[in-house]
Amino acid sequence: MTVRALPVGDRALLVELDSGEAAQALHAELLRRRAAGALTVREIVPAARTVLLDGLDEPGRLAAELPGWEVPPVATRTQEAIEIPVRYDGPDLPDVAALWGVPETEVARIHSAADFRVAFCGFAPGFGYLTGLPPAYDVPRRPTPRTAVPAGSVALAGPYTGVYPRASPGGWQLIGTTDVVLWDHTRVPASLLSPGARVRLVPVTGRGDGAVGPS
Amino acid sequence: MSDRALAVVRPGALTTVQDLGRPGHAHLGVPRSGALDVPAAALVNRLVGNQPAAAVLETTLDGCAVRPRATVTVAVGGAPCPVSVDGRPAPWGAPFRVPGGALLDIGAARSGVRAYVAVSGGVAVESVLGSRSTDLLSGLGPPPLTAGAVLPLGRPVGAPARVDLVPQPAPPAELVLRVTLGPREDWFTARAVRTFTTRAYRVSSASNRIGLRTEGPALERALSGELPSEGMVLGAVQVPPDGHPVVFLADHPTTGGYPVLAVVRPADLPAAAQAAPGTPVRFVAVRHR
Repeated sequence: MTVRALPVGDRALLVELDSGEAAQALHAELLRRRAAGALTVREIVPAARTVLLDGLDEPGRLAAELPGWEVPPVATRTQEAIEIPVRYDGPDLPDVAALWGVPETEVARIHSAADFRVAFCGFAPGFGYLTGLPPAYDVPRRPTPRTAVPAGSVALAGPYTGVYPRASPGGWQLIGTTDVVLWDHTRVPASLLSPGARVRLVPVTGRGDGAVGPS
Repeated sequence: MSDRALAVVRPGALTTVQDLGRPGHAHLGVPRSGALDVPAAALVNRLVGNQPAAAVLETTLDGCAVRPRATVTVAVGGAPCPVSVDGRPAPWGAPFRVPGGALLDIGAARSGVRAYVAVSGGVAVESVLGSRSTDLLSGLGPPPLTAGAVLPLGRPVGAPARVDLVPQPAPPAELVLRVTLGPREDWFTARAVRTFTTRAYRVSSASNRIGLRTEGPALERALSGELPSEGMVLGAVQVPPDGHPVVFLADHPTTGGYPVLAVVRPADLPAAAQAAPGTPVRFVAVRHR
């Protein structure tokens, strides 16, 4: 594992890795160590290729120790998946099909076949950046962002799939819709998705056809 | 009426409910939020006998006016400003009683930006993820105050402090921000780093609770392209493509893709919260501790 630990102020470290997979593996290891009481830190924030540790007493000591850690790769397919029913009815479905070079009807099959993982959250509370689609299916953002993307929109940008927790502006390619509530601050946990979670998108047709989201 | 609540008469340009914020949820995309001038909020809470985590009002430049429905103890601090009760002058920086039904008016800041108003018992709006703070980026917490809104108050827990007046730092005539360079110093030219730490900037009027924006010499990148999204800390100095440094304040996004040139020492952020648009800003590089 190639690890670069960059100081961020006096109480934080930005740990940079050489891939998204390595960042996810380190994130899982950090959570294990924190749960075991071996690490005291206020925030562990994974992102595309980094993990930020904020609120450390001795960032220098951790920076020195990190390269010596044994970090196992993330366990795939052992963890139970959160299922999100998706209607593949987004307005950008034709554009995505063209970018992928497949018929429109194939997009749902290809997309829902992926074994997704929440690489990180950001942009809005409960917005997860899901990875798992093969790199051949990366797509650019829309050239002009939409001023309003409806809540529950399932969207693609770069290597990521995301679901908009609430209506907001956005530049991602919209391929579908879900009725699952991604964020509800009165629920525990408030966020359906958290970094490291495994996710399956289940194609459904029509509204309220019996597909059940996780409670 | 004698219920414990505040009726909003004049909300001002932007008045929000703030406490210590909701740190610990950044991994879910939840900003920390909370009072920008933490020592000022803590002081007014102490003056009225509240716990440090009690929610207060944070005003922006032109104050606000509220009518408590029950008799309460109030303290105003942060940005110096005129304070009155039913038109009669009341103290700034010291606790005083406001009878139920009287009009408490917090005037425009004489200097600085944000006044803090603590009311005995604290503002007791619904707590979201452990905090009552309004987060302007994510929309969590109560909306900013509007005329006619009614804010519930909690039960007082302690006695008001017995003081005549407590010293508070004056809003900065010049904002000096100590910074440690990095983590993305290498994304900028050596000349840009020198410019950043030696030249004068000014607080931009586009500043808000998300970030203190600056005007001044643009900083040139050594690397072009986009940085993959990475975690952001309070006080991070992010440099967007226009080259003008932005200092992240409490409602900052949890991740971002513009390089962070430096990080401001946390002790210098309360002064940043009180630096009005046009205030000169200097960034002074200090070594990592």
